Amino acid sequence: MEKGETVCPKIRGRRFFSCKAWMYGTENEGYNIRIRYRAGLPAQKGEAIRMNIYDILGPVMIGPSSSHTAGAVRIGLITRRLLGEEPAEARILLSGSFGATGRGHGTDRALAAGLLGMKPDDIRVPDSLSLAEEQGLKIVFELGEIKEAHPNTARLLVIGENGKRLEVQASSLGGGRIAVDELEGIRVSFTGEAPTLIVRNVDQPGCVAQVTGLLAERAINISTLQLYRDCRGGQALMIVEADQNIPGELLAQLRGLRGIRKAIYVNMEE
Amino acid sequence: MAFTALEEILKICAERHISFWEAVIQEDMRDRAVSREATWSQMETMWEAMLEASQSYEVGRRSDSGLVGGAGGQMEAYRKKGHSLCGERMGRVMAGALQMGESNACMKRIVAAPTAGACGVLPAVLVPLYQEGGFLREQVIEALFVAAGIGQVIASRAFISGAAGGCQAEIGSASAMAAGALVSLMGGTGEQMVTAAAISLKNLLGLVCDPVAGLVEVPCVKRNVIGAVNAMAAADMALAGIESRIPGDQVIDAMKEVGEAMHVSLRETGVGGLAGTKAAKEITERISGAQPPQAGL
Repeated sequence: MEKGETVCPKIRGRRFFSCKAWMYGTENEGYNIRIRYRAGLPAQKGEAIRMNIYDILGPVMIGPSSSHTAGAVRIGLITRRLLGEEPAEARILLSGSFGATGRGHGTDRALAAGLLGMKPDDIRVPDSLSLAEEQGLKIVFELGEIKEAHPNTARLLVIGENGKRLEVQASSLGGGRIAVDELEGIRVSFTGEAPTLIVRNVDQPGCVAQVTGLLAERAINISTLQLYRDCRGGQALMIVEADQNIPGELLAQLRGLRGIRKAIYVNMEE
Repeated sequence: MAFTALEEILKICAERHISFWEAVIQEDMRDRAVSREATWSQMETMWEAMLEASQSYEVGRRSDSGLVGGAGGQMEAYRKKGHSLCGERMGRVMAGALQMGESNACMKRIVAAPTAGACGVLPAVLVPLYQEGGFLREQVIEALFVAAGIGQVIASRAFISGAAGGCQAEIGSASAMAAGALVSLMGGTGEQMVTAAAISLKNLLGLVCDPVAGLVEVPCVKRNVIGAVNAMAAADMALAGIESRIPGDQVIDAMKEVGEAMHVSLRETGVGGLAGTKAAKEITERISGAQPPQAGL
């Protein structure tokens, strides 16, 4: 990834940088890297979603709406997994169609169910608000409009039982599929459908190489790589989508690297 | 890349001397890099979930809005009296479609096919035929692959969501998928499957998405019935040897054109059509009066 590292810091002049890199080639022939970058915009926005036959026949889900119910469960669930501990409090802003027709579609119950760790086909989804109360998870829903957001968007501020805080903005794209659009104030774009590694690091040379190097050693292939930072030398965010699962001990190893502040792993297919 | 034309599937069937469902399986194995066993067992899971959903209907349950619930039970009771105009089998199909549509509205577990709003169509035609005992489980799974292949072509050439293309894209697509699946189940040819899909989609062309209060309830539940009944009729026509003058792929393209021309008020916004009627506005007012609920406070 050296090539990627020399290219990215040359982009100047904007607050947030987004950069998407594709690696192709083999270890013997050497890697080629193609990088696309834009300031402050999610790299994947507007790209068509590919549908396989189980996006057509499926998912198995609790009704009534794949976008307003099944997608909302997944937004809650990915938020829980990104937080990495039992959520104790959540403040959820429903925007666009989520706000307008969310109640009748059970969007509120679906988001709560996801926060409790349920999947879209869990028959307890309709009862999630009372289950949340039993389990001591406080949830406040608000209605509002988030500018320039997808019509089906929720913004969640969650606080875990050990005090971890996380702010996530995610949208439901249809058919139960979702995308995380903002993470801790930085605009991103990932779905969690592939094994996804989210790394917070200091913006300094070598961080990307260390992470991708460790993945390469374990024969984990990177399908996409996105890099973001707040300013030169500041806080950076790396989102790695991989073809293989990332084992727990590798995650621990990544967390111990110089310059790495935090590493989270999510795979919604698990 | 997955299929983008029904003709393409037929061409592969002819070249490889395989059936329609086999072409869909082979493409899925290639597309997602999965084994035959993996995709077959995943489709079995879908079928199990459909069967389970069709058996878990609760006749006394109402949706939160109170707009739907119980119709599936009424239809079943009426059918059992034996005087149904449509007869025994069609009566079961209609009751099944209503029941699944209502289960969906009542937040029960269903299989989106292709969407949650249209989830009743495919099981409504397949479950009664399977339960009558004339077909093997394997044949039903094969029929589901046919349905998925047709749906995938519609999704790639046009759309399968009401917000994008109106109800024709949801119930219309579900009906085309179900018609193809029925022809497969009855041992028809690949060409007949495409014909059945074409006829059923043509019959629902232009259908708008106008849900009352924006909910997947009125008219969605009953439109599952028309999607299922239409699929049965289209499959019978195709099996009788009747042809569609407009080829399937061109029907899908026409569906796309019609959907794009459809005014936004008729594409799942809950504004126009039935949603804009006086009765619908009164319902909307009654439902939207409540505040969002809060847990644990």
